[in-house]
Amino acid sequence: ISTLVLGEHEGGFLKLSTLSALSAASSISKDNSISILLGGSGSDLEKAALHAASVHPVVSQVLVADADILTHPLAESWADLVHMVQKKDGYSYIISASNSFGKNVLPRAAAILDVSPITDVIEISETHLFVRPIYAGNAFCTVRYTGSDPCMMTIRSTSFPLLSIPTDAETNAAPISQVDLSTFNKETHGKSRWLKLISQETDRPDLGNARIVVTGGRGLKSAENFKLLDRLAEKLGAAVGATRAAVDANFIQNDLQVGQTGKIVAPDLYMAFGVSGAIQHLAGMRDSKVIVAVNKDADAPIFQVMDVLNNFSQEILK
Amino acid sequence: MKILVAVKRVVDYAVKIRVKPNKSGVETSNVKMSMNPFCEIALEEALRIRENGVASEVVAVSVGPAQCTETLRTALAMGADRAIHVDVGPTTVYPLSVAKILRAIAEAEQPGLLILGKQAIDDDCNQTGQMVAGLLKWSQGTFASKVEHSQVSQEDLDLLPVGGTLPDKDIFGIIIQVLLDKEKQIATVEREVDGGLETICVDLPAVITTDLRLNQPRYATLPNIMKAKSKIIKKIPLEELNVDLRSDFEVVQVTEPPKRKAGMILSTVDELIDKLKNEAHVL
Repeated sequence: ISTLVLGEHEGGFLKLSTLSALSAASSISKDNSISILLGGSGSDLEKAALHAASVHPVVSQVLVADADILTHPLAESWADLVHMVQKKDGYSYIISASNSFGKNVLPRAAAILDVSPITDVIEISETHLFVRPIYAGNAFCTVRYTGSDPCMMTIRSTSFPLLSIPTDAETNAAPISQVDLSTFNKETHGKSRWLKLISQETDRPDLGNARIVVTGGRGLKSAENFKLLDRLAEKLGAAVGATRAAVDANFIQNDLQVGQTGKIVAPDLYMAFGVSGAIQHLAGMRDSKVIVAVNKDADAPIFQVMDVLNNFSQEILK
Repeated sequence: MKILVAVKRVVDYAVKIRVKPNKSGVETSNVKMSMNPFCEIALEEALRIRENGVASEVVAVSVGPAQCTETLRTALAMGADRAIHVDVGPTTVYPLSVAKILRAIAEAEQPGLLILGKQAIDDDCNQTGQMVAGLLKWSQGTFASKVEHSQVSQEDLDLLPVGGTLPDKDIFGIIIQVLLDKEKQIATVEREVDGGLETICVDLPAVITTDLRLNQPRYATLPNIMKAKSKIIKKIPLEELNVDLRSDFEVVQVTEPPKRKAGMILSTVDELIDKLKNEAHVL
């Protein structure tokens, strides 16, 4: 068994989402040769490759594709890269995290390889048996993959805890090899250009990985009130999240939306303020360990999943 | 330019899902069915592009059982010019097969844009748009929260480095205000990504998949519902498209998610903090 993990890196390090994908890959079988594929250019890529090579003993190989076109994760060039690497090395699995990178690239690559991918895997029960949520997490579907290799999937990071490093780990780093790009199919590459990324700088922990998340909904009524959450988050070392209604009302930026179509989170503590709990929102946070809901409406649907209710929001936000 | 929009018939978003007792799936008989909300957004965007004069025709296409004609009738009532139904009967068709069917339709219809919802709210796959783009070798702008149109000169376009950052801020300003230009055949798509909002510029023909904040779909008015009755829904038999419906999956079981145990109601902050610290140990 061999697995290709599509790697993302930033500032010379693998992203946590890639480490989750690595964890999923290692759970398929003990006898699994895992390669991480990295793309980009320059010193950041070199540094990320070194990080990937020594990140965990389960990594057998790091593949580096050095090309300007891969600096930004455009689906056209990335899918062609995956296709080319697969045609050469013939992996049995190709895995990426189920985030905006993986969801953009992996299905396109799968179509070019003529296989059916599996989205949002939350459990790998057997080598070809997977569990994934459907209907916004209101049902779990167990599917057996009966197609041909490679079996391609995106995995939910919250379902695959990061691998711990064994204490007797050998310090040998995995070999790093350059992907031969001389046969890289460039047919679709000029068709898409990356222009810019607008992101809000924040010193809060990343929403997807934070241990505590405080979320606000429409019930907070204004962007000013939403800022109170920021203060609470700062005190608790928490990430801030939001419902779709709060984002639509411009209380906060879009990338903090939690839910079926936003981020999926599963922190130790999830505190929801003024959140009614539409099923689309619950889909994004129902796996949290402890859920605290603060709401004036005791009939709000969120109380079906919450652990603690509270109706004194002003006090707690002080 | 013609715009092709794919629409899917799904269990209405407001319906509370029930898993069948025999675990074979989710109850869909006697349940309200509607157009997938993301597909409504896709159709709305196509209609707005047509109303801005950039496109001349909007064609809705659906792949599924006979009842899909109801969904297509809704699309026509919202304003689509005509519709295509690929009747595959009651079998479940997976995204790869749908993508192959859509490729065949796109090759026949030659649209400038193929717009789809980013995912269907039943299987939550989020695959079909990316797959059909790959099969057609078209560019793709997924999870779009903004699709812009206006004019841009070829010289400005040539200054855009492939995959790199822009050398000149002024040119950058011009480009990002644009897109979906009739002559130059490009569209600028603002995408919702994990880190914020990403803007890309894609050559047409292209596939765009829509996110929630792209627009607010219109309601079909009564006169338009009446008018839609005389619009054409063309049936295309699967055999004509030369696509084999391969299933790469076997659904073993569908179950309810594990239930949480009941919560408790507290009335003071001190109580809450005490519980979080001493019982849940999360603070």
